[in-house]
Amino acid sequence: MNNINVLKPRRENFQTYLYVGSGLIFVSIFDVILRSFFSLNFSSFLPGILNLFFPLIIGLVGLQMIRLEYSGNRIVDKINESVNNNTFNAGLTLLIIFLTLLATPPALNWMIFDATISGDTKEACVGSEGACWTYIKVWFRRFMYGMYPNEFHWRINTAFMILIGFAFVGYFMRGKLKNYITFYYAIFYPIIAFIIINFLISGGSFGLEWVETNAWGGLSLTFIVSFFGLIFCFPLGMILALGRRSELPVIRYISIGYIEFWRGVPLITVLFMSSVMFPMFLPSDAFVDKLIRVIAAIILFEAAYVAEVIRGGLQALPRGQYDAAKSLGMGYWRMQIFVILPQALKLVIPGIANTFLALVKDTPLIFVVGLSEVVGMLQMAKTNPKWLGFAMEGYIFASILFWAICYAMSKYSQYLELKYKTER
Amino acid sequence: MSESIIQMKEVNKWFGDFQVLKDINLDVKEKQKIVVCGPSGSGKSTLIRCINRLEEHQKGQIIVDGNELSEKTKDIEKIRAEVGMVFQQFNLFPHLSILDNCTLAPIWVKKTPKKKAEELAMKQLEQVQISDQAMKFPGQLSGGQQQRAALARALCMEPKIMLFDEPTSALDPEMIKEVLDAMVNLAKAGMTMIVVTHEMGFAKEVADEVVFMDEGMIVERAKTNDFFANPKNDRTKLFLSQIL
Repeated sequence: MNNINVLKPRRENFQTYLYVGSGLIFVSIFDVILRSFFSLNFSSFLPGILNLFFPLIIGLVGLQMIRLEYSGNRIVDKINESVNNNTFNAGLTLLIIFLTLLATPPALNWMIFDATISGDTKEACVGSEGACWTYIKVWFRRFMYGMYPNEFHWRINTAFMILIGFAFVGYFMRGKLKNYITFYYAIFYPIIAFIIINFLISGGSFGLEWVETNAWGGLSLTFIVSFFGLIFCFPLGMILALGRRSELPVIRYISIGYIEFWRGVPLITVLFMSSVMFPMFLPSDAFVDKLIRVIAAIILFEAAYVAEVIRGGLQALPRGQYDAAKSLGMGYWRMQIFVILPQALKLVIPGIANTFLALVKDTPLIFVVGLSEVVGMLQMAKTNPKWLGFAMEGYIFASILFWAICYAMSKYSQYLELKYKTER
Repeated sequence: MSESIIQMKEVNKWFGDFQVLKDINLDVKEKQKIVVCGPSGSGKSTLIRCINRLEEHQKGQIIVDGNELSEKTKDIEKIRAEVGMVFQQFNLFPHLSILDNCTLAPIWVKKTPKKKAEELAMKQLEQVQISDQAMKFPGQLSGGQQQRAALARALCMEPKIMLFDEPTSALDPEMIKEVLDAMVNLAKAGMTMIVVTHEMGFAKEVADEVVFMDEGMIVERAKTNDFFANPKNDRTKLFLSQIL
């Protein structure tokens, strides 16, 4: 009898195979755990390469032995179906498990067990093998608030608190007020936000000292840029999407021209132009703040993408919806507002979320015009002569921040999708 | 009979090079019920879609309730509001409940107060016997119920004319009857109706006249009894022999 047949389970003796197979798999995983966590190697009596691949081979044999269709055991069936349907997939699965196990101890050691968080100077980290979280701790305020003067940080905090408070107003709108909820969020809220940011963060009146936008930075700047970017690029994109499908040639071609232009240029050049070239076209006494120019550039840029996403949704609607709306006597705007857009926007929630996430992650590009949000501050800290050599910690910190923000947005978009789901 | 509410004179329409309507002459008097039949691709649907200008005709004249339809027509929405239409695919708005489907246009086009619009909608839904489904969404209803809801929605605008574009063609056989019953009731109530359909039983029961179309032309138009008893045109005879 050849080897393959020995490894192949049959229904009548599957119990035995299951015990032996899972035993082998257990041994293989156990071996890897011993190797990575305790630096023990009980197969060291084997010659070099065999020793190295010992767990993989044992594991493969084990998986081979439990591979039987409709075995009657739910867990085994699930494993066979998803990761063990052939030798190649079984091998990949084992490899991924083993590599994860092997990578865990060093990663944990670096991030937690050998890491330093005490102290306020670089010296605290000298001689340590692990990460230097002291660096993040010392620079934390800079990462959050940029070069904004320390004694005024409460102004940023208060402004954000107020804005979050106003954001929840919609939840408490009841009865007749509910009809104005869209109006509130689309028009009123951005205006409030602008006023609050202007007076509280920018300052210059009510006895608050003026802080120029060049000093703004860190995560708070990321939020400000993303917030205005998101809030304004959406309606602009919507209008462009409708424009591109308009029956009036002038409007259609303007929309097409706009969209194709902005989609064709890289964001980094747009930002650069907005800060360097744009002032040259203005009369010498006119002044538009750099931050406003940059946010405007981002809005104009992202609106083109939003427009195309929304157009996709518009195109997915059957013509019958337009027919029905028209036959009821609705004009263009009533048809769009009550019938077409609610359905189209619902369809494109995932696409919009995609574009919005991209926008948030594009904000670090504003460094080209000298504005430093989180990543920009990171660059600055990284090249500070007193704190050289901690780029890794900084980038990990920034990744976690961005991941948390983007994951929250992604979850929220899923929630919206579920909320507005109706059966067709 | 009173005067004509719809007049079509020498109406021609092309889709690209293909002529869908050839010299259509048709006038419909108030409270008249007309059934349009004919093989598929004969231009029946296009004909009635021209009446509320979902399709634009290129030559000829269409006058609906005293207003001529053309590019110059200013308030096409006003005319459409007076001409209700029921579609083959129902075309209910899937994001709105049945009640909201029915009240949307009265509230926003006719500026009816919300309360009154809802009362009217419930009355219309009662008429087509689905008032108990008012709070459901279209996707939760059967085809027959959806089509009756679509009928109620059109009636909520209190139109003078109702157009039906193959209202039963997308339905399961057992649901056809409930929709036809609703249409018969509407006909008895004295609505002006133009119905594109293959339901000859319905035609015999309610139609004053039957119009037979083929290849974009009106081949024959006759009183219902004459049409079925002694059709004059050979094409009509062939058509009737195949479907009856």
